[in-house]
Amino acid sequence: MATVIGWLLRQTLNAEPWNANDPLENEPGRGVLETDPAKIGLLSFLAVVTSLFALFLSAYMMRMSLGDWRPLTEPNLLWANSAVLILASFAFQLTRGAANRGQLLTVKAGLVAGGVCTALFLLGQLVAWQQLAANGYILSGNPATSFFYLLTALHGLHLLGGMWVWGRTTLRIFAGADTESVRLSVELCTVYWHYLLLVWIGLFGLLLST
Amino acid sequence: MAYVSIADRDHEVEHHDPTTFISKYVWSQDHKVIAIQYGVTAMFVGLVALALSMLMRLQLGFPDSFSFITPVDYYQFITMHGMIMVIFLLTALFLGGFGNYLIPLMIGSRDMVFPFMNMLSYWLYLVSVIILLASFFVPGGATGAGWTLYPPQAILPGTPGSELGIVLMIASLAVFIVAFTMGGLNYVTTILQARARGMTLMRMPLSLWGIFVATILGLLAFPALFVSAVMMTLDKAVGTSFFMPAIMSMGEGLEHKGGSPVLFQHLFWFFGHPEVYIVALPAFGLVSDLLSTHARKNIFGYRMMVWAILAIGGLSFIVWAHHMYVSGMNPYFGFFFATTTLIIAVPTAIKVYNWVLTLWQGNIHLTVPMLFAIGFIFTFTHGGLTGIFLGNVAVDLPLSDTYFVVAHFHMVMGVSPVLVVFGSIYHWYPKITGRMFNETLGKWHFWLTFFGTYAIYLPMHYLGFLGVPRRYYAMGDTEFMPESAFTLNQSITISALFVGVVQLLFLYNMIVSLKKGKPAGHNPWKATTLEWQTPDTPPKHGNWGHDLPVVHRWAYDYSVPGYHDDFIPQNVPDSAAPSAGDSGSDE
Repeated sequence: MATVIGWLLRQTLNAEPWNANDPLENEPGRGVLETDPAKIGLLSFLAVVTSLFALFLSAYMMRMSLGDWRPLTEPNLLWANSAVLILASFAFQLTRGAANRGQLLTVKAGLVAGGVCTALFLLGQLVAWQQLAANGYILSGNPATSFFYLLTALHGLHLLGGMWVWGRTTLRIFAGADTESVRLSVELCTVYWHYLLLVWIGLFGLLLST
Repeated sequence: MAYVSIADRDHEVEHHDPTTFISKYVWSQDHKVIAIQYGVTAMFVGLVALALSMLMRLQLGFPDSFSFITPVDYYQFITMHGMIMVIFLLTALFLGGFGNYLIPLMIGSRDMVFPFMNMLSYWLYLVSVIILLASFFVPGGATGAGWTLYPPQAILPGTPGSELGIVLMIASLAVFIVAFTMGGLNYVTTILQARARGMTLMRMPLSLWGIFVATILGLLAFPALFVSAVMMTLDKAVGTSFFMPAIMSMGEGLEHKGGSPVLFQHLFWFFGHPEVYIVALPAFGLVSDLLSTHARKNIFGYRMMVWAILAIGGLSFIVWAHHMYVSGMNPYFGFFFATTTLIIAVPTAIKVYNWVLTLWQGNIHLTVPMLFAIGFIFTFTHGGLTGIFLGNVAVDLPLSDTYFVVAHFHMVMGVSPVLVVFGSIYHWYPKITGRMFNETLGKWHFWLTFFGTYAIYLPMHYLGFLGVPRRYYAMGDTEFMPESAFTLNQSITISALFVGVVQLLFLYNMIVSLKKGKPAGHNPWKATTLEWQTPDTPPKHGNWGHDLPVVHRWAYDYSVPGYHDDFIPQNVPDSAAPSAGDSGSDE
């Protein structure tokens, strides 16, 4: 928010808009962000998602302070899942580089790898849920357990949404599109996946420590 | 590759115009059509909420007369009236309606940056409205928990709709939030990236600044509602205890324990307070443009108006608990939030002074839009002043949950922004339809509505001072309520019914003028902003014909000394006209 306010302030502070000859206002390209609109759209959406997770986390902290909290021991499988998610981000990063350089085969391989790793992560999360439920830790149990399911579900759903875009991109490139036409999609997917990885690291860290 | 802005690469992109009836008017991706779809849907559902308020007033004014209004009905009416008006009418109309129509036209672009997502956002909004209205027809009926939906009552028996109604309400809100997020991403990205050449942020009319900041507020605040809605649904459906404490219901202890109802209140109001600014900021922006156009005078203190909008937007995130002074929270929190609430009054007051100063020595044309704009200044000042009463903890304690609060929020949310909605619709009607509305009907509409709403809400403050509680189905026999309070309730009801009927004048005017109105020409108000400079009126798909406009000046070159006309449109080059800054002296 500070970056946004700072930028807005610089665009507005010394301007003299009533003066049509104001040199500041007549600078070519003033106030134009040199970024594709789709990226601005994604970044704005990520601001919304950040707000969502931040609010769930503050609810988590508030609920934690009320007497009946029993910290949950997270299944060890989550460590393996985290590693797989890091691999997925890695794969997307490689794909992004390859798309910029026009390396079709690497793009194809990278996209498939990214998708497979993410699918493995999501499956792993479901298995972790199953492990917890089998040990009696259900959604309507202790609030720590409820929040575990809720937070991991939210993260997983966001990944699933990303998979939709990944799916369309992968289908396009396997149907014969060239790297240039998927470059933007790959870039957007990569940013999104890195973001969700960061969210996961934050979530996992918080769940582990409480 | 160097970045080329959307405005500069306009001639390289292929523009496809829709051809079939369905793609032009139903599944349309044109922002103007989507805006009208939003507007019509919002006004329809607003009429439903208006009817609900008429029923509520009948019950309050004449408590023993209408046996078909039961207490259960009454609570459902107040809940649905509130939720529809705040979210499904005002938010949808200002952002989905005015935002969609005005943004591309005022910045000089052909359409929104993501037209397909724009179209989706409208249809999802329609789905959310349908889900909401469906809640009336399910077993148990709509929820009667109040628009604030506080747990534990909202999901426990004793509150109407606690089985299905509340679930449908939450589902409808969730769909609305998705729709709104899609729309919001469009508005923000379009304003940032699709402005015409020369249209800097500081040359945008204030309407856009209001809508822009309101959209940002919405994108950041609606998740809080989503969070509280998800958690409350889980408490109801699965038996989690996010908000539900250990509690007895219908004589039996429930499974829940340990949850905190106050947590819901924090989450809800973290959304709820920015929400009222999401309604107010577009109104502030629009009214600035109405005032300056119809007074032929630049808005006084444009930069301060922009910074005030930004400041109000930012501050609106740190005042939420002024809705929670009586919730039992730590009194030091009350102190903090009262302070921030009073601070937010400062930029708001600055805006009021600037509106009045804009009118000062202006060449005021008392057209119908101008009447509504001036009516806004009166009613908003009134409602804002009572907000200062309520913002102070000590004064709020006896006034909380009385009719004083109801009167306050109706003045600032119900009367003043709605006056701006009317004024704006009258103002842009010639642009949207190419015809002028009937002026006499418009003036009758204004005066009857203006005095009528004062007749409703001014006395209501007095009821609040007496201590008459809100959300009561009937007052019954109490010692502190004199006979005059009951008579006052009757008079408020009659005024409300009258004002409700008067709105038919507006509807009639809007519909009949479509066919019978005088053709308006392309700029009947002689306004400077870009939307009035389109080659066609109403604007065609693509808005600008072959070439996008180029902007050379700000939006407020009215009555510039030395120019032959009393307005200079934004796309007139400076070689053809002096600039306000050229007059020699520093003004």
